[in-house]
Amino acid sequence: MPEARCPGGELGAFIILSLVTLIPAVVVVTSGNIVRSALSLIPTFLGVTGLYILLHAEFVAGIQILIYAGAITVLILFVIMLTQGGSGVRIRQINEQVPLGAMAAVWLGFLILLVVFRTPWQIDATSVPQYNVSSVGTAFLTDYMLIFEVTSLVLLVSLIGAIIIARREE
Amino acid sequence: MTARDWLEEIGKAILLTVVVFTYLAVVTAMLGVYLERKISGWIQARLGPKHVGPQGLLQTIADTVKLLQKEHITPRQADVLIFNAAPVLVAVAGLLDWVVIPFGRLGDRVLIVRDLNIGVLYFAAMASLTVVGILAGGWSSNNKYALLGGLRSASQMLSYEIPLAMGILWVAMVAGTLSTVGIVQAQSINRWFLFQAFPFGFLAALIFLAAATAEVNRVPFDLPEAESELVAGYFAEYTGMRFALFQLGEYAEAFAMAAMATIMFLGGWLEPSLPAWLWLGLAFVAVVVVVLLIASPHMDAVDVPPPAPGSTTESVLESAPAGGPAQSPDYRIPHYDCTLMVAIARSSKPDARGPMPGG
Repeated sequence: MPEARCPGGELGAFIILSLVTLIPAVVVVTSGNIVRSALSLIPTFLGVTGLYILLHAEFVAGIQILIYAGAITVLILFVIMLTQGGSGVRIRQINEQVPLGAMAAVWLGFLILLVVFRTPWQIDATSVPQYNVSSVGTAFLTDYMLIFEVTSLVLLVSLIGAIIIARREE
Repeated sequence: MTARDWLEEIGKAILLTVVVFTYLAVVTAMLGVYLERKISGWIQARLGPKHVGPQGLLQTIADTVKLLQKEHITPRQADVLIFNAAPVLVAVAGLLDWVVIPFGRLGDRVLIVRDLNIGVLYFAAMASLTVVGILAGGWSSNNKYALLGGLRSASQMLSYEIPLAMGILWVAMVAGTLSTVGIVQAQSINRWFLFQAFPFGFLAALIFLAAATAEVNRVPFDLPEAESELVAGYFAEYTGMRFALFQLGEYAEAFAMAAMATIMFLGGWLEPSLPAWLWLGLAFVAVVVVVLLIASPHMDAVDVPPPAPGSTTESVLESAPAGGPAQSPDYRIPHYDCTLMVAIARSSKPDARGPMPGG
């Protein structure tokens, strides 16, 4: 039975998730305390996860939490806390190059808006792809085989590099 | 989705949250603590809690009521916002683990909050969120022991996340699905994944068990809250209900890990597809494992050598890792901790603030 869709609910969820993403993102770049900056990344990542779920990209959402919120942020925090004097010092995130930065930001915003308004977006809901884990796996091992393998090789190289650097110190 | 669907979903979510939270607080935290105290009491030939209620059954309830009444103390130099948010984060992450755990069957319905098609991935993701709360709590307390506990915990949990994911991945590959319900159903067609592809099922289960124990900071892996060296680890500064929230989150995650192991390797809610005697033997082994895990804190002796007369704390800490465990083979503080402790001790002179939030 065809039901009338309620765009309000989805819109409301989108607005809430956007606020959850954007407000901590502002804290990240303005906070004077570097640990607070790093911790503010977590609500940002979680908000992005919510946006992925709204787009029916569940697998990417799960990976987003696992990798970004659960691992990368923790690594950043770990490094900050091990750095002597890094976490207790009040830092300024703004220097004397504000005008230049503002110009770059305005220019970037203009470019993004240009892209958003120029692109013909597909709004038709019937064309949502069947996005599940097995299709991601199939795509990785058929169409994007080479990229997938090269990426894994790069990761392996960085892993070995880390081990070698760590061993040299001993 | 229509507007009514949205309201219905939100209502259902709130209701199920209340149900799961009540279950966690009553069954995992209260009963878990009671059982732990009782069993470790029996092991040490004492009685355990005995006086509140029949056989001390109400002891944990009394403890909870006591914790609820306690004053919230926030250390003066702590980062108040993060300090207060950290226990909530740990508890919520523990609670969210239970979304994908099926409890069994009622007629045709599987008793599960939501059968996500990325079930086990979601579980691993939620389990990894706990680290953030622990690290934040340890840092914001502005206490060296809490910070050390938080750092140890973070490094340990990050490291063991990978073997945990390996164990989960094996099951996902054999079952051909990430959904927890799907995994149980795959075992009803085949047999338990513990016995699937003979040595590999055991291997995956063993890896998962070890990694899960490390993830929840239970006993063989309890360095983050090693009481004899770090006071209590990352929650040393927490009082009252915030402390209880940390404990609740930890017990919720420990039980969730056990539930996940049951779902992935022991067939979930399916009846044992084994001869009865083997079933009994298995149950026995499980009990032994649990008992050993609970028992070991009372057996390992931590023997930190007393400082030589006239030496400062710094010199003891510096000499111990470099010269090896000269006085005692049981010296357990790892190297990085010692260097870190020395660094912190040096940086916290009155003029230079150490690892503390500015403000």
